[in-house]
Amino acid sequence: MANSIVKTEHLRFSYEAEGGLSPVVLDGVDLEIEEGSFVAVLGHNGSGKSTLAKHMNAILLPTGGKVYVDGMDTCDDDLLLDIRRTVGMVFQNPDNQIVANVVEEDVAFAPENLGVPPEEIRRRVDEALKLVDMYEYREHAPHLLSGGQKQRVAIAGVIAMRPRCIVLDEPTAMLDPIGRKEVLHTIRQLNRNAGITVVLITHHMDEAAQADRLVVMSKGKVIADGAPRQVFQRVEELKAVGLTVPETVELCWELRKEGLDAPLDALSDEECAKALYELITR
Amino acid sequence: MALKDITLGQYFPGNSILHRLDPRTKILLTVMYIVALFLAKQLVGYGIMMVVLASAIAVSKVKLKTIFRGLKPILIIIIITAFLNLFWTPGQTIWKWGFLNLTVEGIWSAVFMVLRISMLILCTFLLTYTTSPILLTDGLENLMNPLKKIHVPVHELSMMMSIALRFIPTLIEETDKIMSAQKARGADFDTGGLMDKAKALIPLLVPLFISAFRRADELAIAMECRCYHGGEGRTRLRQLKYRKADAAFLVGGLAVCVAVGVLAHFGL
Repeated sequence: MANSIVKTEHLRFSYEAEGGLSPVVLDGVDLEIEEGSFVAVLGHNGSGKSTLAKHMNAILLPTGGKVYVDGMDTCDDDLLLDIRRTVGMVFQNPDNQIVANVVEEDVAFAPENLGVPPEEIRRRVDEALKLVDMYEYREHAPHLLSGGQKQRVAIAGVIAMRPRCIVLDEPTAMLDPIGRKEVLHTIRQLNRNAGITVVLITHHMDEAAQADRLVVMSKGKVIADGAPRQVFQRVEELKAVGLTVPETVELCWELRKEGLDAPLDALSDEECAKALYELITR
Repeated sequence: MALKDITLGQYFPGNSILHRLDPRTKILLTVMYIVALFLAKQLVGYGIMMVVLASAIAVSKVKLKTIFRGLKPILIIIIITAFLNLFWTPGQTIWKWGFLNLTVEGIWSAVFMVLRISMLILCTFLLTYTTSPILLTDGLENLMNPLKKIHVPVHELSMMMSIALRFIPTLIEETDKIMSAQKARGADFDTGGLMDKAKALIPLLVPLFISAFRRADELAIAMECRCYHGGEGRTRLRQLKYRKADAAFLVGGLAVCVAVGVLAHFGL
């Protein structure tokens, strides 16, 4: 088994509220993210998935339990920069992550902060922009780009740090369908070709279905953890916590209720069509 | 309101020699130009300043129309200045009506004042038109570096400035969106007196401010995630470098400055 890049142990977190009543957002999360994997974290609004993400590079510190990034305790202040350069983070709104007026200047921001020499920054910026397929736009002004392009620039800005893991907190929530497709494609490329561990926080079933591993959260707890194919078979459980399943699974599930023997593990349209064809011709 | 017309701090990419000069050179030249403007007293001095500005504009290849559009917002200031100088300068009276007293000296001082203000604005605009905001803030940070010794937060100031510049288009876009949203709910931004118009701005400014604070919060977290920890130990992608042309321009600028000063001393 590969070594884990992020590991949480009995992670508990509650926001400090006035009057002392603090709702528990994370209630004992034990999670281990293997290096090189593509993990999706799925959950309803308020399930604690974003809070979990923010623990993975020490933006939030646990109120109980521990979080380790590549063996480093996130509570250790001296390790803060090392933790943040190991786990990069991309947020929902690309506009609020872009610091500079020119694409390449923005991508250079993180290596500049790390004190990388100029020639090396140049190399990293070019490499990161090519990885997200935005190299031609390096001299453009970010505000003139489309949402998907901006989000890819934001991803490049994190890649230029050379992190081993990137956590994306609903990176497609503000994008149109084309932008979503672009960004998801980029994320998969990074995982497969550059070997970067990806943690994708999302509430889109179809995005979650593309991961190697799916973690479902509800009310601050992990309620399911496994390959998407297996997790999505637990249709009733998912529905009980306010989540839906991919449309293909939903279709087969409805058919099963009518007494047909449709398989529940068809995640793509093609698979589903094939399964249904076999069902009819049998 | 034509928000897209705002030219403040706007940059027009180009490849003229002015564009290629080091930003520090351009900032220093602008400062020298302003100093010389205040030294100039009479026709010859102003003539030199006008020739210098005209040739700089010609070299920059920025369209004349764009250059003069920059003067529009301060037109009212120019007119008031001209008016005050025309009628309230003591001297040889040409025409008198009530408290208005037109003098020969007044005409001259009005002409010079108008020239001074317009040239001052035009030369600073030329600086921002030909220098990308990033280079401009880099140049300023670099020039102000000695101030770090007396604990002026130079890096923080330049960071704030570049982020402000970065968010101008974003916030303008947002203002447009909020305006449309409020108009859709029956808000009226265009009619009524000054007070009505000012009141109409409240439903525009409140959401704009709230969203700006939210953006600031998110940006701060995103910057921290990218290991931002102040100016200490920071390197830059682009290194500023003085070239031969910079030296030539600086010497030229200094020469003009001295020449205008000397001429003014002799009353020219």
